[in-house]
Amino acid sequence: MRTLFNKVLLDIAGKDPRIWMILADIGYGEIEPFRDAFPDRWYNCGVAEQNMTGVACGVAMEGNIAITYSIANFPTLRCLEQIRNDVCYHNANVKIVIIGGGLAYGPLGVSHQATEDIAIMRALPNMVVFCPCDFAEAEAGVHAMIAHDGPFYYRCGYKKEPPVHSGKIDFQLGKAIRVREGADATIFFTGTIGNQAAAAAELLERDGIRCRVESLHTVKPIDRAAIVAAARETGGIITVEEHQLAGGLGGAVAEVLCDEGVVPQRFLRLGLPDCYVSRVGTHPWLLDQYGLVAPKLAVRIKEYLRQPVAGASV
Amino acid sequence: MTAAERTEIERLARRVRGHCLRMTHRGRSGHVGSMLSIAEIMAVLYTRVLRVDPAHPRAPDRDRFILSKGHAGGAVYAVLGELGFFPQEWFQGYYRDGGRLMGHISHHVPGVEFSTGSLGHGLPVAVGMALAARHARRQHRIICLMSDGDCNEGSTWEALLFAAQHKLDNLTVIVDYNRIQALGMSKDVLDLEPFATKLQACHWAVKEVDGHDVAALDAALAVLPFETGKPSWLLARTVKGKGVSWMENTVACHYGSVTDEELARALAEIGAE
Ligand SMILES: Cc1ncc(C[n+]2csc(CCOP(=O)(O)OP(=O)(O)O)c2C)c(N)n1
Repeated sequence: MRTLFNKVLLDIAGKDPRIWMILADIGYGEIEPFRDAFPDRWYNCGVAEQNMTGVACGVAMEGNIAITYSIANFPTLRCLEQIRNDVCYHNANVKIVIIGGGLAYGPLGVSHQATEDIAIMRALPNMVVFCPCDFAEAEAGVHAMIAHDGPFYYRCGYKKEPPVHSGKIDFQLGKAIRVREGADATIFFTGTIGNQAAAAAELLERDGIRCRVESLHTVKPIDRAAIVAAARETGGIITVEEHQLAGGLGGAVAEVLCDEGVVPQRFLRLGLPDCYVSRVGTHPWLLDQYGLVAPKLAVRIKEYLRQPVAGASV
Repeated sequence: MTAAERTEIERLARRVRGHCLRMTHRGRSGHVGSMLSIAEIMAVLYTRVLRVDPAHPRAPDRDRFILSKGHAGGAVYAVLGELGFFPQEWFQGYYRDGGRLMGHISHHVPGVEFSTGSLGHGLPVAVGMALAARHARRQHRIICLMSDGDCNEGSTWEALLFAAQHKLDNLTVIVDYNRIQALGMSKDVLDLEPFATKLQACHWAVKEVDGHDVAALDAALAVLPFETGKPSWLLARTVKGKGVSWMENTVACHYGSVTDEELARALAEIGAE
């Protein structure tokens, strides 16, 4: 997905001279075409993310679109106050791109896992939070990111993520995309974990459980109508994210439901528990360890839906 | 250092290189060039400088060693395994499902003081440990190994100003100055030169050394601090990818590891046992 991102960005930058790339010594094998095509709009700040973000903000304040780009937490948490005070407060046109959300960098370890980014980025006023699940969303998202005027967080995948959507997608920032029809419950996901969530729904269907599946690629602003409709029409809501449960997609969905006074019969958040992932392993292995692969998701959802309903209902 | 000691330490450095090549090959991981760059530094530190005990890895009076360039954790694991901090079978699980050794250095491994992986974190923490040691009137030393990439980060410069301000002479920095970072040569990205002069101007006591000469490293680190009342800064001139001809001085050796066929050639070139 990162290769696709860079290719699409390069294309757009050819037509839009406002686009700059401000880097922090990351992007080997990916960012060279941009550097070679637009050397006067490409800077490597070195391993210095705070400066990268400040510089990008200054460039953006002068009418340009500045892209910052690095691995996992480096362009976000490492320079969070620059993002908050400089970029978001001034509503500067800076696009923050991370490569490898969640556990994508697997055995590199805890420093390279972006597992709190969605919660933190969505807490910032003016910030759009976008997590594409596959190449179709990723490509449409680059165009939407450039068209949007203001701070934008883009959580990019790392490798050749398989498609989740079949055929062309009807993409709009802030609008959920339906992946599968069903009325027994709704599974909402965000980001590249989407293919596990969609595959889990397929497994559930073999057991006669038909779930609606929707991609909430934009976590902020979130598609409130889709969430309310899901609660009303399917009764149960399940969220799946490759992220800590605290403050992530599940939290965002719960906020909408409570705000709207729509309490579904069932509500289940699936994601990473409140701990650091210090086990050593590849991305698929780690996902399996934390129950975030299709067969394990399907079992957890099935067991949950089998339990009697407690509490209020829609 | 006697000739026999020197031979032993050089042998340890070769074994460290061998473990790093095998671990990154099995794990299909990167950063092998960054590990090869510090093999002699690791061997000298753990045999001649650091007061640490594999039987008591958390002994209160141990010297603290922090690897700030956490991506080269393999080289620290290699020397810790050699010294018996943990069984060498753990090398098999480096970077692999269910293993004990993750790519960036982890404090879950016996003998490892602190986890890093995001550059620019090591020195501020080392400074804090040095402050606390002085406050507690303890005699142990704090040694932090950094990279030139580490020295791009603002936090590194904030910490080094603070260390000098507070005259932390129980603190020593070693810079693995191989002059290559992730997207190119340091001089083309953020030139650190004149590096030694800059540090002197910041009130650090500075020495320079050939970072692959174990006798020279030993001599440089034999007496710490370099100067009473100042933190010590050792600029170790090194070669990224040292020992493997096609890796030496390349940016590419930051990424990927060796193929099956290359592994045998690389092990032969470094003189692995
Ligand atoms: C804060 C932060 N930004 C980016 C990275 C990604 N990264 C890993 S190593 C590296 C630079 C490599 O240069 P250096 O540290 O000098 O390498 P070495 O001398 O150890 O080979 C970068 C940018 C990181 N680990 N931490």
